Amino acid sequence: MFRKAAITHANPQPVEIDEQNPWQEKKTTTENGLVNGQLSIFFRRYVPWALLFVGLIVIPVLYYLDLIAIGTVNMLGRYMAFAIVAVGLDLIWGYTGILSLCQAFFFALGGYAMGMYLAHHGGPEGIIDANNWKIPACLYVVYPYKIGEAPGDALVPWFWKPFYTLPVTLILGLLIPGIAALAIGYFGFKSRVRGVYFAILTQAITVAGWLVFCMNNMKLCGTNGLTRFDRIAGFKLATPHVKVSLYVVTLLALVGVYALCRQIVQSRLGRILIAIRDDETTLRFSGYKPYIYKLFAFCLAGMIAGLGGMLYAPQMGIFTPTNMEAGASILVVIWVAVGGRGALSGAILGTLAVNLLYNFFTSEKDLLLFTWRAEYWQFILGGLFVGVVLLFPGGLIDLWHRLVGKTK
Amino acid sequence: MNQAQRIAQYKEYSPRESRFTEERYLLFLEDITAVFDGFKALDIEALGIEYNELRIIIGPNGAGKTTLCDVVSGKTRPTTGTVFFDGADITQQTEAEIALRGIGRKFQTPTVFDSLTTYENMELALPGHYRLWSNLFGSTTAAQREQIIDILERVGLADALHREAKYLSHGQRQWLAISTLILSDPKLLLVDEPAAGLTDAETALTAELLLELKDDHTLIVIEHDMDFVRQLDSFVTVLNEGVIMAEGMMHEVQQNEEVIEAYLGR
Repeated sequence: MFRKAAITHANPQPVEIDEQNPWQEKKTTTENGLVNGQLSIFFRRYVPWALLFVGLIVIPVLYYLDLIAIGTVNMLGRYMAFAIVAVGLDLIWGYTGILSLCQAFFFALGGYAMGMYLAHHGGPEGIIDANNWKIPACLYVVYPYKIGEAPGDALVPWFWKPFYTLPVTLILGLLIPGIAALAIGYFGFKSRVRGVYFAILTQAITVAGWLVFCMNNMKLCGTNGLTRFDRIAGFKLATPHVKVSLYVVTLLALVGVYALCRQIVQSRLGRILIAIRDDETTLRFSGYKPYIYKLFAFCLAGMIAGLGGMLYAPQMGIFTPTNMEAGASILVVIWVAVGGRGALSGAILGTLAVNLLYNFFTSEKDLLLFTWRAEYWQFILGGLFVGVVLLFPGGLIDLWHRLVGKTK
Repeated sequence: MNQAQRIAQYKEYSPRESRFTEERYLLFLEDITAVFDGFKALDIEALGIEYNELRIIIGPNGAGKTTLCDVVSGKTRPTTGTVFFDGADITQQTEAEIALRGIGRKFQTPTVFDSLTTYENMELALPGHYRLWSNLFGSTTAAQREQIIDILERVGLADALHREAKYLSHGQRQWLAISTLILSDPKLLLVDEPAAGLTDAETALTAELLLELKDDHTLIVIEHDMDFVRQLDSFVTVLNEGVIMAEGMMHEVQQNEEVIEAYLGR
């Protein structure tokens, strides 16, 4: 492109480039962490694997040695499902810079898909309708007919039927949140709704969705939600082995989602997402269509949230509209903020940390002078959020990076 | 040649009149007006940029220089009139479509992506990677990497290859913005104040670079710095209050009474 003329730069500086691999990132490790040298490298390399080992092997073994209760394993499994949602939010918020407040809505869409499957195969009660479909017990209770009034006419609604088999449920549980995200994102991004306006838009959609799911007429079991789960793929949900299996499956799904998102943020696509966060307008003048990339990230985040919901429902044993309240979406934002946005491992760390704190502080404790009540948790949560924003904008993961002396 | 003669000459080649015998102009603006809230920011009867031309646009503050760039690059839709680029009407196209047709732009303030390194900024400017899948699975080839390093060495940024752009100085950011523009290899480069905030030596190098690019690109350079304009020694269009006031070589324009008056505000 250039004539190779002599460089007439003000002060020609010696250029230091590694001849063999000039484009490879140079080691930017600075040894200013609390843990120095070899130890720092050791920590960075092995701690993630150690954590995976603990989650995958140590926890189940501890359970089978009767050292921890099955409830604990089940609880960890549910928090892992939350962490999946948080990784998705980190992709769209931390990397692409779009604050989405409808992750709980996508989570609930996945959760309802799985919940409907579980309700189909739920408790023994239920009425066979005219077409030989068993009306799930939880649906029958809130059917728009009064009990005994017109059960002969009551049929299983058409939209319940696809969720009878597990494979179809799994596909729909990913597709439905994906399509919902596509629709929201297409209209939002195409008309260039940005920043706080997009957050308000998604918040409003979440509230609207919540109201719709609460209506008895929608035949989605109203505010009672989906209940009386019994079996998944023929296995009884109540048995400890199934609970441990669900925990392991959730952990593996979390690892898979993390690996996928990590692959994305390290590709050129990831750099485009960061460029959108930094300066969308300039990117447009470089010939890229930012809305396509935003749409991709948003849909993916929505499907990931749906996956989280599908894994959460069988472990919780009930799925109600509470899971898609406006506050639930904001909780996801807090998890990611506490863990450190813009770092996928931060999202996981934040989710587990906040939820374990939640678990600890929402049990009643007798302290010497007063009784700690569950309601006080809200103060801790609020304080945590404000504290992180003011004191550690980089979140927990930033503290860890500082400890082992890794600069980004 | 005075303004009336030039307009007559433009009209002869006007794509709308379709009387042009040769494809002379890469960019042609015809009867362009841009009105904001009743204020006429731009009112251009005809402006043609020839192939491989380096055109300088000067004018006092608020003359409509940046608005002109906005109209060409699609950031602003003109109120009336048509923009022809390379034989096609691009008036109604979006920024990305126009960019893909081959119009690259450097903004007044150097716009680079702060959280990305110098190298990553350059990588995003590589032409031909605008599709989602090619970005998810594609990687930069060795030839492209060499090209990136070549350009960065030329502007003295090679030693800041892996520094995040937010840690670059103003001059370096200015260079990086120009480098990404060069790398994306557009047919027409809109360069808005390339010399702002640069030292004299750096300004001289900028002028040299732009003159080299002229060999196989067409450039529109907007500039305030008169020394820089003199170094480029090219055809100048003077804008004032949205209207083309004079055109000609720098030394001709400098003699123009109207121009002197507009600049000195007499």
